[in-house]
Amino acid sequence: MPRFISTTPDSRLLPFPWSTPLADWPINLLVALPRGLSRHVVRFIQVGDSVYAAKEVVEHLANHEYRLLTDLHRLGTPSVEPIGIITERMDHDCNPLDPILLTRHLEFALPYRSLFSPGVRQETVSRLIDAMVVLIARLHLIGFKWGDISLSNILFRRDAGAFAAYLVDAETGEMHDRLTDGQRLQDMEIARTNLFGDFLDLQAAGRLQAPFDPLALVSMVMTRYAELWQELTGAEEFSVSEMDRIEGRVRRLNALGFDVAEMDIQTDDGSSKIRIQPKVVDAGHHQRRLMRLTGLDTEENQARRLLNDLDTYRFRSGQTKADEAVVAHRWLTEQFEPVMQQVPAALRAKREPAQLFHELLDYRWYKSQREHRDVPLVEAAKGYVRDVLQGLPDEAMNKDALIPADGSPQLVNPFDPSQGYVEEGDDEPLPPDPWESAADAAPEPSPFLDIAALRAKAASS
Amino acid sequence: MATVSYKDATRIYPGSDHPAVDRLNLDIQDGEFMVLVGPSGCGKSTSLRMLAGLEEVNEGRIFIGDRDVTDLPPKDRDIAMVFQNYALYPHMTVADNMGFALKMQNVPKAERQERVLKAAKLLGLEEYLTRKPKALSGGQRQRVAMGRAIVRQPHVFLMDEPLSNLDAKLRVSTRTQIAALQANLGVTTVYVTHDQVEAMTMGHRVAVMKDGLLQQVDAPMTLYDKPVNLFVAGFIGSPAMNLIKGQVVDGGVQIGDYVVPVAREILAKAPGEATLTLGIRPENFHVADAGIAVDVSVIEDLGADIYLYATLAGMAEADKLTAPQIVARLNARQGASQGRLRLGVDAAAVHVFSNESELRIS
Repeated sequence: MPRFISTTPDSRLLPFPWSTPLADWPINLLVALPRGLSRHVVRFIQVGDSVYAAKEVVEHLANHEYRLLTDLHRLGTPSVEPIGIITERMDHDCNPLDPILLTRHLEFALPYRSLFSPGVRQETVSRLIDAMVVLIARLHLIGFKWGDISLSNILFRRDAGAFAAYLVDAETGEMHDRLTDGQRLQDMEIARTNLFGDFLDLQAAGRLQAPFDPLALVSMVMTRYAELWQELTGAEEFSVSEMDRIEGRVRRLNALGFDVAEMDIQTDDGSSKIRIQPKVVDAGHHQRRLMRLTGLDTEENQARRLLNDLDTYRFRSGQTKADEAVVAHRWLTEQFEPVMQQVPAALRAKREPAQLFHELLDYRWYKSQREHRDVPLVEAAKGYVRDVLQGLPDEAMNKDALIPADGSPQLVNPFDPSQGYVEEGDDEPLPPDPWESAADAAPEPSPFLDIAALRAKAASS
Repeated sequence: MATVSYKDATRIYPGSDHPAVDRLNLDIQDGEFMVLVGPSGCGKSTSLRMLAGLEEVNEGRIFIGDRDVTDLPPKDRDIAMVFQNYALYPHMTVADNMGFALKMQNVPKAERQERVLKAAKLLGLEEYLTRKPKALSGGQRQRVAMGRAIVRQPHVFLMDEPLSNLDAKLRVSTRTQIAALQANLGVTTVYVTHDQVEAMTMGHRVAVMKDGLLQQVDAPMTLYDKPVNLFVAGFIGSPAMNLIKGQVVDGGVQIGDYVVPVAREILAKAPGEATLTLGIRPENFHVADAGIAVDVSVIEDLGADIYLYATLAGMAEADKLTAPQIVARLNARQGASQGRLRLGVDAAAVHVFSNESELRIS
């Protein structure tokens, strides 16, 4: 009988075929969603209205990853939510099976394979890289060494005009009080190699074409990370007459979406120099402000956009002197919610509410420009739903990459992109492998030390 | 190729008053396969990470060859960390999966191909170079991942529990393959494991660590035959060495009603100690008329050998549960039965340890 370890027990999980290896699960239980490459068997399963990612992995790694994801989630880091582990699995012949780690599928997530497609814009790629770099820096700030930064281990979500990146695989991660420079740099070296491989693979699959160059893309990641890390943690020295540079640094960090919780400021007696260095930096500056004011949980750039709209609303409605929390409540009930009510339930899987509001604001701006008038929000909402939203694909469960367009290659297994595309030559048998035969012929390993064999080996060398 | 030297290398984690690695002195020869082994928290992984540049060295120095690398960033140390993670790219050939990182380092194409081919020959993957990896087995994928590290031609390979996420069978075959490859390549390798069977079967020498301190570094059979202290004696060997405390008497050490003969000059090395610990490997016991009296609780038949699990004779039933178990590995022909019997041992096979210093005195 398998054992379920979870902080949120879910009886709907009980009937699943835990005694069957995950690779052999019947397809009626599976959902084909795009995702990155994995060296383990990974499948999406439908549990009631939710979709979970199931990963079959050895026990110590399953436990390790579950704990790390729980910690990351508790710390508010953008990462997938752990659901639980199913251990003590046995097949029908009573052979042990590896445990399964369950995480909640991130709704509205866009794996890189659905974002990188022929014709992808330079600007999009640049924004994806920015999102990835911010995620890495955020993880490094809290002392998390990822150990396997790669496109496959990241999911993207739309974030106003940009993207927000999420960690999806923490198997090789380590949580430290703080990272040494060596740990950080090695994490980035692994990133350099993995990302280069990822980009080459996209190129080989025909999804990344000129002018994109894998080497240049990797350099861009490394440079932007170094710049962001310097801005977040670097020391700055200036003369006492330039005190406004302290505020300038805080503003720059705020603009990047970070709050400065602690700044180290040092002055030497008799010296006219001041040295400042941010000590505690928290991501989510705008996110937290919007959450505090409205209760809306959004991505950082969406929050920035909504806050701008809130400020505009405050000014336009002549409430500049009113309490900010009161104005925010009015904005929510008079602006945001009426717009959401214009969206038919059937279209809600196409965009997250905050993303939809952001796109609607863009739509209204263009419409107002075109028609030389101030288009009211609800009217704009109706137009946006009619002209734009209806034509968009569903993104709550994004199946884009799995629906082959004419002439585009077919996945070998729609539930496992790690197996690549169907190609000519797939039917050719692999040449015989003496190493494999030797490994197969080897006796079952003994738990005991074969001291006679060791003694013979020592004597012969 | 290069030697590796730790000189009084120490790592103290912030906020900790106890060093994770305490003045480690270890010289690893050029081309040597050195395994660091010990229980969880012994400092083995920290030692490896200090060499990799992932942990600061608070005191002491680390050298690779003649170069002091203590303060160098990881990428400038010319080491290759062989990782457990080995995602293979489905749209690239096996050759490209092995050699792509060289492209990033601007290694010319001809040289890249040559290095990949050489590694593939070593790994038995030559026939697969033009294939995509989707059809490869778990073991073959593992080899492609090893190939990635080999083509880089580093001075030192570092491996931190590289087999820990493989199933038992693949672990054993990969273990053999890594050892054979290392022997072929002759690249200095530092390998960390908690598994002493892995350490003993793979390493040219094995460094045993505990609580941040190096206990002993020696060839596997020397560790087995001459453990320097009680910890190494108990840690190396599976099943473990029997460590039995006894009373010092004239001519030996008394266990129950039997005196195990111990030479006078050995006893003289622990003056004033009323008790000593005797270490006896399971295979050094035999059933005899004269010997240590034991009550056998379980007999496990493994074909040519039998394992006998027992407690010292005459113990109360309640005490047996918590008493240290005595394990003997006997030839099946000797025969053994449940109940009481005597286990004889050759004096030459008895290891004697001081209980005060915990050091070997025999």
